[in-house]
Amino acid sequence: MDSFFSIYVWPGIVMVAQSLLLLVCLLVFIAYVLLADRKIWAAVQLRRGPNVVGPFGLFQSFADLLKFVFKEPIIPAGANKAVFLLAPLVAVLLALSTWAVVPLADGWVIANINVGILYIFAISSLEVYGIIMGGWASNSKYPFLGALRSAAQMVSYEVSIGFVIVTVLLCVGSLNLTDIVNAQHDGLGTMMGLPASFLDWHWLALFPMFVVFFISALAETNRPPFDLPEAESELVAGFMVEYGSSPYMMFMLGEYAAVCLMCALTTILFLGGWLPPVDIWILNWVPGIVWFMLKSMLVFFMFAMVKAFVPRYRYDQLMRLGWKIFLPLSLAMVVITAFVLKLMGWA
Amino acid sequence: MGLQAIFFYLFAFIAVASAFMVISAKNPVHSVLFLILVFFNAAGLFLLTGAEFLAMILLVVYIGAVAVLFLFVVMMLDIDFAELRSGVLQYAPIGILVGLIVAAELVVVVGGSVLTPGAAKAITMPIPNPASRTNTAALGDVLYTNYVYFFQIAGLVLLVAMIGAIVLTLRHRTNIKRQDISRQVARTPATAVEVVKVKPGQGV
Repeated sequence: MDSFFSIYVWPGIVMVAQSLLLLVCLLVFIAYVLLADRKIWAAVQLRRGPNVVGPFGLFQSFADLLKFVFKEPIIPAGANKAVFLLAPLVAVLLALSTWAVVPLADGWVIANINVGILYIFAISSLEVYGIIMGGWASNSKYPFLGALRSAAQMVSYEVSIGFVIVTVLLCVGSLNLTDIVNAQHDGLGTMMGLPASFLDWHWLALFPMFVVFFISALAETNRPPFDLPEAESELVAGFMVEYGSSPYMMFMLGEYAAVCLMCALTTILFLGGWLPPVDIWILNWVPGIVWFMLKSMLVFFMFAMVKAFVPRYRYDQLMRLGWKIFLPLSLAMVVITAFVLKLMGWA
Repeated sequence: MGLQAIFFYLFAFIAVASAFMVISAKNPVHSVLFLILVFFNAAGLFLLTGAEFLAMILLVVYIGAVAVLFLFVVMMLDIDFAELRSGVLQYAPIGILVGLIVAAELVVVVGGSVLTPGAAKAITMPIPNPASRTNTAALGDVLYTNYVYFFQIAGLVLLVAMIGAIVLTLRHRTNIKRQDISRQVARTPATAVEVVKVKPGQGV
């Protein structure tokens, strides 16, 4: 009985508790990320944004949550019911499950697996299914067109994201996310005489890849200016046209979870994860999770500003950017990085 | 053992059940979705055996790319379900034959390893200790040293297939407008705008 407890029950309880803790924190965080997105957008356009529910509108996301949950879900008569309801579930589950391998600070990770970055890449390449299934199951023109666009877009930009990740992996020599962060302890900054500083992080050494990754992350998560799958001027709301109440909310939740993941991933790959920006004792004393959150929020701020500033791309421009500019550029950078690492003896 | 065994039976059961649903589902799109579930559970089984790299590559390549194309094609086709069903009995013998061959091969492979357990040890390449190095590094070492020519040939075959597909589908249409971004950027007011002084009542 004792061994049964130690083999089955205890590991199970630990896993469930860790996952629940992360999920609850993540969902609360996403609620405020959503609010921040709206507030930043409003500020750029000289509006107030949500400011009625709670002080400064701080409870707006929770009010929206209640509104969506208590609304009646409507399923179109011609829809494929099972797939129609499965699609938002797939979208949100996949987006949340990637967080299992994200290290929030040194050792703060649920599953410290060897192929962490591949796991994230694999699961985020599955996120397209939520959109395709939703678009197909709605049995309607606009959702279907939105789904087709989205699938082509996400598959295209995954290619360049993959090459960017390969470039980073070449510099690190490991697919483990914790190793990727720890490898940014020394780098260009150490050579320039400022050891363990923000100059060591990959963003400087791999600057073109940093830019490519950031833009591809926007396209991969269907954020503006690449939000063609839900372009309201052409497709009403794309694959989400037929969705309302909780299923719609789950799509939104999945979208923002994916956006947050991309922010975290940019932080891990290029901005040194939980490492402090300068090696002085007062900054080293600040817990790693704080640095991680600050950097992720900085990246999200850039995401939000891009949404507010940049007009939407046309579909052929999007494809041109992905296939004719990013793909050759990232491919060339993989080769150049490999050569530089080999010839300089850094690998 | 422990939780691993539970997960093994979970993945294996779902994989077999959804493989059955792939061939028995009425709607072809549902079939593809069940196929994706099979791939997903196969990746889970790979993960349980410690082949983490293969599991992730299965996810990226088969689910992330191949199955998306499958789904695309099946969704775009205008399929008459009744007509699709009518040929079932006609093709059943071929299906049974293929199934029998696969079953026989499985029996040979599994039977071989049961009868002579030493066979796996006779492999000439030494199998590295999984505790000391990750299987990503081990696979890379073998693939880019001993099997580098096969790897390159496989790449070339794929390249030829890609070029073939492009050649088959590429059409040069003459009367369509394309955006030439470098030309747009190179435009200056001198070449693009003409300032005309128009006298009232005369026009240009």
